[in-house]
This record gives sequence, C-alpha cells and structure tokens, in this order.
Amino acid sequence: MFPIVHTRRLSDAVFEMGVEAPRIARKARAGQFLILRADEAGERIPLTFSDWSAEEGWIRFIFMQVGKTTHKLSHLEVGDSLADVVGPLGVPTYTDDLGRVAVVGGGVGAAVAYPVARAMAEAGAEVTVILGARTADLLILREEFEALPVRLQIVTDDGSVGEKALVTAPLKRLCEEGAIDHAMAIGPAIMMKFCAETTREFGVPTTVSLNPIMVDGTGMCGACRVTVGGETKFGCVDGPDFDGHAVDFEELMSRQRVYNEEEREADAEYARGCRCHE
Amino acid sequence: MSRVESGAGAEKPRHKPSRGPRVAMPERPAAERAQDFDEVPLGYTEEMAHAEAMRCIQCKNPTCIDGCPVNIDIKSFIAHMIDRDYPAAVSVLKERNALPAICGRVCPQEEQCEIVCVLARKGEPVAIGRLERWLGDYDLACELEGRCVPEVAPATGMRAAIVGSGPAGLACAGELARLGNAVTIFESLHATGGVLTYGIPEFRLPLDIVEAEIDLLAQMGVEIVTDAVIGATYTLDELLGEEGFDTVFIGAGAGLPVFLGIPGENLNGVYSANEYLTRVNLMRAYEFPHADTPVARGRKVAVVGGGNVAMDAARTALRLGAEEVFLVYRRTEDEMPARKEEVHHAAEEGVAFKMLCSPVEILGREGFVTGLVANRMELGEPDESGRRAPVCVMGSEFEIECDTVIIAVGTRANPLVLQAAPGLELSSRGYILTDDDGATNLPGVYAGGDIVTGAATVIEAMGAGKKSARAMDRWMRERG
Ligand SMILES: Cc1cc2nc3c(=O)[nH]c(=O)nc-3n(C[C@H](O)[C@H](O)[C@H](O)COP(=O)(O)OP(=O)(O)OC[C@H]3O[C@@H](n4cnc5c(N)ncnc54)[C@H](O)[C@@H]3O)c2cc1C
Ligand SMILES: Cc1cc2nc3c(=O)[nH]c(=O)nc-3n(C[C@H](O)[C@H](O)[C@H](O)COP(=O)(O)OP(=O)(O)OC[C@H]3O[C@@H](n4cnc5c(N)ncnc54)[C@H](O)[C@@H]3O)c2cc1C
Ligand code: SF4
Ligand code: FES
Repeated sequence: MFPIVHTRRLSDAVFEMGVEAPRIARKARAGQFLILRADEAGERIPLTFSDWSAEEGWIRFIFMQVGKTTHKLSHLEVGDSLADVVGPLGVPTYTDDLGRVAVVGGGVGAAVAYPVARAMAEAGAEVTVILGARTADLLILREEFEALPVRLQIVTDDGSVGEKALVTAPLKRLCEEGAIDHAMAIGPAIMMKFCAETTREFGVPTTVSLNPIMVDGTGMCGACRVTVGGETKFGCVDGPDFDGHAVDFEELMSRQRVYNEEEREADAEYARGCRCHE
Repeated sequence: MSRVESGAGAEKPRHKPSRGPRVAMPERPAAERAQDFDEVPLGYTEEMAHAEAMRCIQCKNPTCIDGCPVNIDIKSFIAHMIDRDYPAAVSVLKERNALPAICGRVCPQEEQCEIVCVLARKGEPVAIGRLERWLGDYDLACELEGRCVPEVAPATGMRAAIVGSGPAGLACAGELARLGNAVTIFESLHATGGVLTYGIPEFRLPLDIVEAEIDLLAQMGVEIVTDAVIGATYTLDELLGEEGFDTVFIGAGAGLPVFLGIPGENLNGVYSANEYLTRVNLMRAYEFPHADTPVARGRKVAVVGGGNVAMDAARTALRLGAEEVFLVYRRTEDEMPARKEEVHHAAEEGVAFKMLCSPVEILGREGFVTGLVANRMELGEPDESGRRAPVCVMGSEFEIECDTVIIAVGTRANPLVLQAAPGLELSSRGYILTDDDGATNLPGVYAGGDIVTGAATVIEAMGAGKKSARAMDRWMRERG
C-alpha cells in the first residue's frame, strides 16, 4: 500500500496528489511516469511525475478527472492509500545541450511540462514555457512556473488570462524569430499534433510526450503501440517521448478512443454510488 | 508392518497390474463450461486415481522418468499410490517438483513422460499427469489445513534476490529458502505468478491453486515485493550492493509480444495475446464494469497462431460471449504446437479451425477492425524444425469477417532486462547466456526460465530455477 501524503485541488477537474514511495522517489526523472491502481479492482493507469523528493521519499502527480479511476482518485484524501504504484517507467526526457527551447504545456499537460522545464533549465537550456488552457480557471501551476528560471507566456482560448490564442500562436512566433533550437510539446494529442505541424516548416526539432492507453507499462502487452516514422513502437518502453514530426497522431487519437463506450459505462455506474451526489 | 511379518522375502508384494483402460478424467460439458471461467477438467476421485495407478506395471527400467524434464521418480510415486500411501507419494513428487498441482494441469505430459511410458508401445500410457494433478490437489488440501510446510534448514545468514515471480522464480525461491537462505522476490506487476497468473486462464489453472503455492513460500519465510521493476525501481548493481543481497536470480520470462508486421495491425480491436489475456486474467475484465479494466467483447474473433497461447485466447474469447471464434494457422492441425488436449477442448467448445491460412492484412473502418485478409497455404518440404513448411498458394487471398484479431505468434525477451544490468551477456536474440547451472557472466548472477531458453514450458522453467538455486547456495557458501 502506498499512503497518500498530500492532496490539492488545482482547478475544477484537476487534482494534485502526493504519495509516499521512497524507492520510486530516488529514481524518478523528468518525463517519466508511474502506473497506479487505486484499489484491488482498479485499472492500471499511467500518470506522469509532476514532482518528487528523494530525501523525503514522496512523489507527486497531477491528474485530470476524466473517467472512473481519476474520479475515484479525486475522492481520496491524506491518510488513504493507493493499492499499487510502480515506476519510474519510460525513458526520461532528454534535457542536455538543447540550447534555446520552447516547452509547451496544454491543459493538464502543464503538470508534465513543469518538471521537464525545470530539468531543462537546470541543464543549462534557455527555456520559454508556453502555458495554455481553455480559460483562466483551468490554468494550473502558474506560480510554480513563475518561480522557475524560465520565460513564461500564457495563452487562453477565451483570453480570460494572458493572450487570447492557441498555444501554437506564440510557438509560431518563436519559430519565425528564429528564437528556438528545439520544441517540446506536452498535452492532448491534438495539441501536440498542431504544435508539431507548426514547427515542421521551420525545421525546429520537436519532441512530444505521447499518452497511448497502457496496461503493464513494461513492454509486455503492446497496448501502447504507436507508429513513429512508419515503425511500430511501444509507448511505455520506447517513449513516452518521440519525434513529433514522425508520429502518426491520427492513429494515436483513434487508439485512445477504443474503449470510449465502456469507459462511459464504468464511470456512470461508479458515479451513481459516489459521494459527488451526496 | 506387513513387510517385516512377511519374513524372508521381505519384498513388497508385487501388485497385480490392472488391465483396464486408461481412467477418463471427468470434465464439464462443453456447452456449460464455455459460458464461464471455471475449471474444465474436474480431476480424479481417489478411487479413480487408485485405479489408474494400478495400471502401472512398475517397470524394471521405468522409461517414464527420462521423459520428465526434472526426472521425477514416477515409478516410485505411483508405487506409493498403489499402496494408498499418499503422503509418501507426495514426498517423492516434491523431491523434484515443488508445484505438482500446477504441473499436473499444464505440463504437456503426452509428449514428455507419457509418450515414453512402456504401456504406450502397445496401448494407452499410464495417465501420469492426471495422477500428478490428483496428488498435487491432495497435498494442497492438506496444506490448507496447515500441514506440510517443507522443513527449512538452519539459517545460513545469506540473502538471495529473485527477479520475477513466474515458475522459474518461485521454484528458485522455494529451494533457496529450504536450504536456509533469506529470500526476497521482486515482481514488476501487482500480482505474483508470472504467466501462471496473467497468461494461463482460470479454466485451465484456477488462481487459488497458484495462490496456495505462493502462500506456502510466504510461510517458508520468502518475502515478496510486488510493484518493483528491476531495471527501473532497482538495478541489479543496487541489489548486489546497497540492498545487501549475496546473489540474484533473474527469472523475468520472455514477455515481449511479437506482432505480424502486416498492414492494419494497429487498428482498434487488434490485440497481442498477452494484452488480451492480461486484461481478462490479471485485470479481470470479464467482471467489467465491476472491475475497472475493459476488454473488447468481440462478436467475431480471429486468433492467429497454433500454440497453447492461441488456444487460451480463443477459448477466452468464447467465454466473453463471442458468437464465432476462428483459429487462423499457417500449417495444419498436426503441426500445431499446442497440447492435443487443449486443441480438443477448443474444438469441442466451438472454436472453428482455419488451417493453412496466413494473414496478410487487417481491414478496418473508422479505426476499428472489420476483417482479416489471408492467403491459403499448402505444405511443402520439411524445414529445419522437421515440420513441413507452408508455402503460399498464389492468388488465393480471401477475407474473414471479424471485429477482433488476437495475435498469438510468440514472444521474445524483454529489453528491460538489459536495462537492469548493462554488463549481462545476451544471445543475439536477447536471451541471457548461462552455463548449465544458470550462472551468467556476472559473478553471483544467475538466470533461468523463458528469459534463457525463450518461450518454453512451466516445468522447464521450474527445473531451471531449482537447479540455479542449488548452484547459488553453493556459490554463497563457498564465498562465505
Ligand atoms: C505516459 C502517460 C502519462 C500520462 N500522464 C498523465 C498525467 O500526468 N495527468 C493526467 O491527467 N493524465 C495523464 N495520462 C492520461 C491518463 O492515464 C488517463 O487520463 C487515465 O488513464 C484515465 O483513466 P480513467 O479511468 O479516469 O478514465 P477512462 O474513462 O478510463 O478514460 C478516459 C480517457 O483516458 C485514456 N485512458 C483510459 N485508460 C487508460 C490507460 N489505462 N492508460 C492510458 N490512458 C488511458 C483514454 O484515452 C480514455 O479515452 C497519461 C497517460 C500516459 C500514457
Ligand atoms: C497463455 C500461455 C499459456 C501457456 N500454457 C502453457 C502450458 O499449458 N504448459 C506449459 O508448460 N507452459 C505453458 N506456457 C508457457 C509457460 O507459462 C512459460 O514457459 C513459463 O511461465 C515461463 O516461466 P518463467 O518463470 O521463466 O517466466 P514468466 O512466467 O513469464 O514469469 C516472469 C515474471 O517476471 C516478471 N518480470 C519481468 N521482468 C521483470 C523485471 N524487470 N523486474 C521484476 N519482475 C519482472 C514478470 O512480470 C513475470 O511475473 C504458456 C504461456 C502462455 C503465455
Ligand atoms: S513407464 Fe509407464 S508402466 Fe513403466 S513405471 Fe513408468 S508409468 Fe509405470
Ligand atoms: S503498456 Fe503494455 S507494452 Fe506498453
């Protein structure tokens, strides 16, 4: 069992959780993820480390409530435990010798962008973070980013905070100005796809952090197959980071939808008996 | 004791072997069992087991023993069964095989001990596997009442780490513990048992049997750490260094699924057998939405392959409610590597066999599978495996309508192992190279099971684990 030591609500549907897991905390690196099961009947779901402390023996992750498991998690509190947490999984994000880099975090992708931007800055890169959300209330981790040695540009779809634009607008400007040598995009598949398309014409190498459906997270099942440069790769062990210009995003998005019906059914049934309605 | 009283001869009275036919093992009717995940064969009763044991003629040169990969003294355990001394029979069995209830269910006895049984020359061999299964269950029933935890030798003060809790790791752990060592198993999944838990379905190997065997290890003092990936959570160096283990056994299995590399393979509805079986067995997707993990409940399911894994996937699909399940295999039924019994069970339950078909493409609409295109094959000259190689019939393409495709054409070594220990010597195909005792090129590091041999059998993995355990014990003692 993995005791929960921290919870914080970041927006209506986005939560931060900290768990005591000293073994994992010693090893976690930016861009890696964990797989957890909330309870004994639980699904194995992957979530990226948003922060960790090797000294204090905890790890943190940030999740958006989108279905049954994240719904369950949203109700857990300090003192509760998770049945399983395993990791760190996946290849850490490459952070060395990047020069001038733009890190794009869209929606809950900001959670992943945070440790990545921090690690890149620590490794000496000149980092511009583009933080995007639909509206001000959904923007997360703003203070945390402001505390990093990075330039921060905020955009929202409705202009309620920062520039009224999609994340691709500032990204394109940076490309046009020749102000970046590398880009990293983290967020919904569709956002990563458009970021990659934006940078392609400028020849700016672009890394994306993919989120295919996973089961074991150790290369055993192939649920996480993605096509990159015409080749099948396993997201969990070959990734989650890939060359954004080579990823087949249409396939990724299609594969993410495979269980939509079942997922709705599971969450609807769970919600009927759930505390939200008390 | 009657033997003493019988005086001069002091020979055990020779039993009069029964000439009766091989005793059939009761099974649940195909129509009933294809609806649920309960076990298919029901096992012998004591009377059946005894009657079958009585068929053994107690050969002077019992050829059966050589047929067994771990050389169980089959003749002797059957002799004890004839005498109805079942605890003694169990002891003989357990000298070589720590998990008889499991092996009695999943070993391919028909091509190991039974095929070389003397009786097989003229008729039907002794049903050695069924006897083993009955004894294993007999033993488990006792254990559940709190008996027969194997005697553990005085503590040696040495510590061994086992990577992976499949049959290789379990057997290695059990033997090392018995020899008095402190043993910790590290398992990357949240559950123990390896393929026994996530791969082989419950209708062939009920989970509580695997759990009971693992409980026994716990009772012997073996510590089990789940959610620990060696190569990620710990490296091999850390186990041997700061974690303080004297030796490590790697029994990580060959879990990386192989795909066909044909167009359409990443469509929704295409699974590796590993994913399909893991979702159902380990994650209990058949209880969805009660259990949280979903799986596609295909109406028409095509399974590609001809081994045990393919049979398990096909029979699982039936149990999930498929109307039609096709088994698509390149050769013919005679060449299928699956156990005959499983092929027979699958056919009985309604799996349709499409032999001499080789898939060339998977078709789809809006991202989901709609069919499988295959070529017809015919058998040509024997290849290096001695089996007649299938050759493609030109222009024979045809389509099988289906909404789910399960690929069961084999597995390979998981490259995570290399990450665990970069210095480890591997074969060109990524398996760990070892000597006869399972020793690798790294001092104190041993390996066995599928990660050394490639996908093989439960009993071979167990045999390798046990053999390594003895070598590891010697190594630790010598090093002091
Ligand atoms: C490497 C990786 C890192 C991720 N990091 C984060 C993160 O930091 N924060 C965050 O909020 N989300 C993250 N995700 C996505 C997260 O795993 C899913 O949102 C979560 O699994 C949803 O589970 P659910 O039961 O609540 O929702 P469901 O109703 O089951 O699913 C909602 C959607 O989530 C996706 N999903 C469902 N099951 C899985 C699964 N087993 N594995 C992956 N995706 C699944 C599907 O696309 C689905 O349509 C990550 C995914 C991956 C692969
Ligand atoms: C569906 C199916 C049906 C089968 N049917 C039969 C049958 O009827 N009869 C038969 O004899 N054989 C059968 N086999 C084959 C048999 O199951 C295997 O040969 C046997 O399980 C191999 O044992 P193992 O201990 O080497 O590996 P596994 O059983 O694969 O166990 C390896 C374990 O190591 C864990 N692991 C892997 N990497 C790491 C890591 N880095 N850190 C920590 N843990 C790790 C895995 O999670 C797993 O639990 C079948 C196999 C399958 C898949
Ligand atoms: S070969 Fe057959 S008959 Fe002979 S001892 Fe073995 S099981 Fe009995
Ligand atoms: S999640 Fe199973 S192989 Fe990647």
